[in-house]
Amino acid sequence: MILAMLIGLLFAGGVAAWVSEKINPNYPRAIALITMLLGMVLVLVLLNGSNGENELLASVNASWLPRFGISFYLAADGLSALLLSLTVFLGIIAIGSAWDEITERTGFFYFNLLWTLAGVLGVFTAFDLFLFFFFWEVMLIPMYFIIAIWGHENKNYAAMKFFIFTQVTGLLMLVSILALAYFHHNQFGTFSFNYYDLLRLETKGSLEIWIMLGFFVAFTTKLPSVPFHSWLPDAHSQAPTAGSVILAGVLLKTGAYGLIRFAVPLFPEASMDFAPVAMTLAAISILYCAKVALAQTDIKRLIAYTSVSHMGFVTLGVYAWNEQALQGAVITILAHGLSAAALFMLAGGLEHRIHTRNMLDMGGFWPKVPRMAAVALFFSIAALGMPGLGNFIGEFLVLLGAFQTNIPLTVISASGLIFASVYSLWVIQKIFHGEYASKNFDDSNFLDLNRREMVYFGAMIVGLVWMGMYPQSFLGLSAETINNLLFNSENLVAIVGQN
Amino acid sequence: MNLTFSDFLPLMPLIIVTSTVVLAMAAIGIRRSYILTVGVTVIGLLLAAIVAAVIMPYTNKQVSPLMIIDQYSLFFTVIICVAAMFIAIFSFNYLADLDDQKEEYYLLLGIATVGSVVMVSTNHFVGMVLGLETLSMSLYGMIAYTVRCKNSAKYVLEASVKYLVLSATASGFMLFGMALIYAQTGTLAFSSLLDTRLVISDTYTIAAVSLISAGIAFKLSLAPFHIWTPDVYEGSPIPSTTYLATIGKAAMFVVLLRFVEISDALTFKSVVAVFSIIAVISIMVGNLLALMQDNLKRILAYSSIAHMGYLLIAVIASFFAVGTVSIEAVTFYLLAYVIMSLGAFGVLSIFSSSQNELDSIADYQGLFWRSPWLAAVFTGMLLSLAGIPLTVGFIGKFYVFLAGVETELWILLSVLIVGSGIGLYYYLRIVYRMLMPVSGDNILVDTRMENLSTLGVLAILFVLLLALGIYPAPIMAIIEAISVHI
Repeated sequence: MILAMLIGLLFAGGVAAWVSEKINPNYPRAIALITMLLGMVLVLVLLNGSNGENELLASVNASWLPRFGISFYLAADGLSALLLSLTVFLGIIAIGSAWDEITERTGFFYFNLLWTLAGVLGVFTAFDLFLFFFFWEVMLIPMYFIIAIWGHENKNYAAMKFFIFTQVTGLLMLVSILALAYFHHNQFGTFSFNYYDLLRLETKGSLEIWIMLGFFVAFTTKLPSVPFHSWLPDAHSQAPTAGSVILAGVLLKTGAYGLIRFAVPLFPEASMDFAPVAMTLAAISILYCAKVALAQTDIKRLIAYTSVSHMGFVTLGVYAWNEQALQGAVITILAHGLSAAALFMLAGGLEHRIHTRNMLDMGGFWPKVPRMAAVALFFSIAALGMPGLGNFIGEFLVLLGAFQTNIPLTVISASGLIFASVYSLWVIQKIFHGEYASKNFDDSNFLDLNRREMVYFGAMIVGLVWMGMYPQSFLGLSAETINNLLFNSENLVAIVGQN
Repeated sequence: MNLTFSDFLPLMPLIIVTSTVVLAMAAIGIRRSYILTVGVTVIGLLLAAIVAAVIMPYTNKQVSPLMIIDQYSLFFTVIICVAAMFIAIFSFNYLADLDDQKEEYYLLLGIATVGSVVMVSTNHFVGMVLGLETLSMSLYGMIAYTVRCKNSAKYVLEASVKYLVLSATASGFMLFGMALIYAQTGTLAFSSLLDTRLVISDTYTIAAVSLISAGIAFKLSLAPFHIWTPDVYEGSPIPSTTYLATIGKAAMFVVLLRFVEISDALTFKSVVAVFSIIAVISIMVGNLLALMQDNLKRILAYSSIAHMGYLLIAVIASFFAVGTVSIEAVTFYLLAYVIMSLGAFGVLSIFSSSQNELDSIADYQGLFWRSPWLAAVFTGMLLSLAGIPLTVGFIGKFYVFLAGVETELWILLSVLIVGSGIGLYYYLRIVYRMLMPVSGDNILVDTRMENLSTLGVLAILFVLLLALGIYPAPIMAIIEAISVHI
């Protein structure tokens, strides 16, 4: 029930924020913040509700469309709970980053923000595949509005591209979901979209690999991975800061979550056959996008390409499909959620202050904005995988796990860490060191981070250090889920092997 | 066969619609009163819809060889009567400042509705032709209704003549096909096609089916018989376009579905191939040609071509499927299509009058900031046409996908996906335009908020759009029950 309350809270909060704009344009942000804080309380209650016996921390299951065996089935296990925490945390941060930046049509903005987050929460907790698809699409429209209304110079193109990419690949996934439900119909006589029912399906026929690809393409578009990544740099560079935070921090993570939860467990056999291809794509993503990142002059595009590169480690980990690699993928999801969101906020903060994203115009900012420089240095170092911070744990575990299944690709992927160091440090060097280049922009508003900004950057720093120093508190939560998934897929492969 | 009294009860909805027209005509004869005529028409249509809904659960009867009044036909009778009522309400404001006699429009609208009700309740070629021609004849008049009005906004005469000539040609094809069947079997029931195969060769039957299908495809504006659609849509007064686009299409599609179901026309591989090709071309042509249009009526025209293509996939699936899912798919999708088209055209009609139609995308720039509710309704309708969740259009598309997956029509499904992807672009283009800041020179100032009745209808449609998109279980149950009988 708590999950339905959580999602309902965000939907209702969004409507309240929109309506309240009529009274005072400053109310929506306050309402949005209160809503997210309440949401965080609910997530904390959920995390404490673990009784150690049941795999699921909470669940609610109600009949929705009985004709097709579709139910309103929300549930949260350890993995979902981790991602829910990430979502509400970044939701609060995103509201913080929009606090001063969004001054027009505030009500509608916070409405869209909360509805996107509600959709994401739904994606992380839906255990009915129809419901999952429903939420998967629900989060698109508000995000489209965020980019299309509050975005920058080329917002129409970026918003359209984002929408078409995700929607078309979403339809491929819909076909796959329906095919699974239909197989269930053939095997057991009734339609079912229930995750656990579909997990038990044994025969999927000769089409299994194609159906698996429907999921794979949808998830790797969202993730994104080469060759479906081209929407991301556009979307990020055009989105307002809060939009980028949500996009990089949680929306991309729905793709990663989908791979772990659906793409592999539902098709263990086909996925094993497909793993070398997926891992190759991952390695290409890591190296190619790191290389492309080096060639960018737009700071947001640069960070977007590094996102693709880092998400390559998630794909690599998922398709290695063993405990270390999966745990690594989960930690990478969380750590990258924080570090990428922080980097986008820094880029957005810079753009808000000096009205340019062009790095060629920047230089020598350290003395001018020392706190911002220090924070940027921290997150760059986190992103490049410095031991002691979350990203290192994630990527290390992924490589450790992947090494057991595919040595050449792991070795190649590992060299991505070198690229990461190069571009991270290059950005810091370009923007904050050297000669102060003031002539290229108007620096009258170029102020250092204020107290509010320091609070939320501080919170994200704490999160990354926590993940880096004591990852067990996160690993412990996801361990059971991951072991169950591994156990189940081994069983399934064994059964299919016997037949 | 003699009609007995017990036959009259199933025919009540049809009788009520007919007497509404007669009553309205008599009222006009006594005293011309615009509001009275509209009132009589609206109340009569509402009454017919209610009666049809009431008798629906326990009616399943072949009334004379021409008409079958079963739950399926009554379901669509309800939809048609309610939709016709809504269109009458839209027309009320649209025609209010016409400098010509306005009352007869509602007679034509009523007669067209009689034709549509006959079409959904027939399993006989004669019934089909009678219904279709009644509908078409009235539509010619409705399209050209503002022809004598000096400031008539559009090219109504061009549209009407174009529709008349091409429609008559299509009817000719259809009748020729029927004549071929009659020549061999001596009957004109849909089921006689089964006998034709026994009497004479397959080739002969395929020729007959192809001719009939061509006529039907014309009326449904399926490519390559779609050329008339954008011109007629654009040239007609908006309420007439709405009628043509919603009721005209839905009634014809029910005929097609019954024809395919009863006559087993799809047992021929070549007919399946033809239907598949028509579906593919319709989806691609409709979506691709809509991309570059700046006129909303033309966009909706091309999008309707694509939507008819989507529906045709479900029709093809219905032949191969074991269960009734694909028939349910057609039924639900038609309902969804009627709702969202009515909504989209309703928004256009609220900003337009017979003197001045606002149907260019540019006219709607900044609508979101000017009248947010109307913009929300329009956005909802467009997203529904694009098949986005939370709207009824998504459930419709879900059904079509399910029907396709069930019968493993992978190629058609991939075309459906590509088509939907292209479709997103032009729907979102309109949405984006509404989100842009208001520009100085657009003329949308007159939002005609006094049109309370039209706003009320739009509110009902919007609620239906969301309610059936979020919790369609009750209507799914009804559709499942009625689809068994077709």
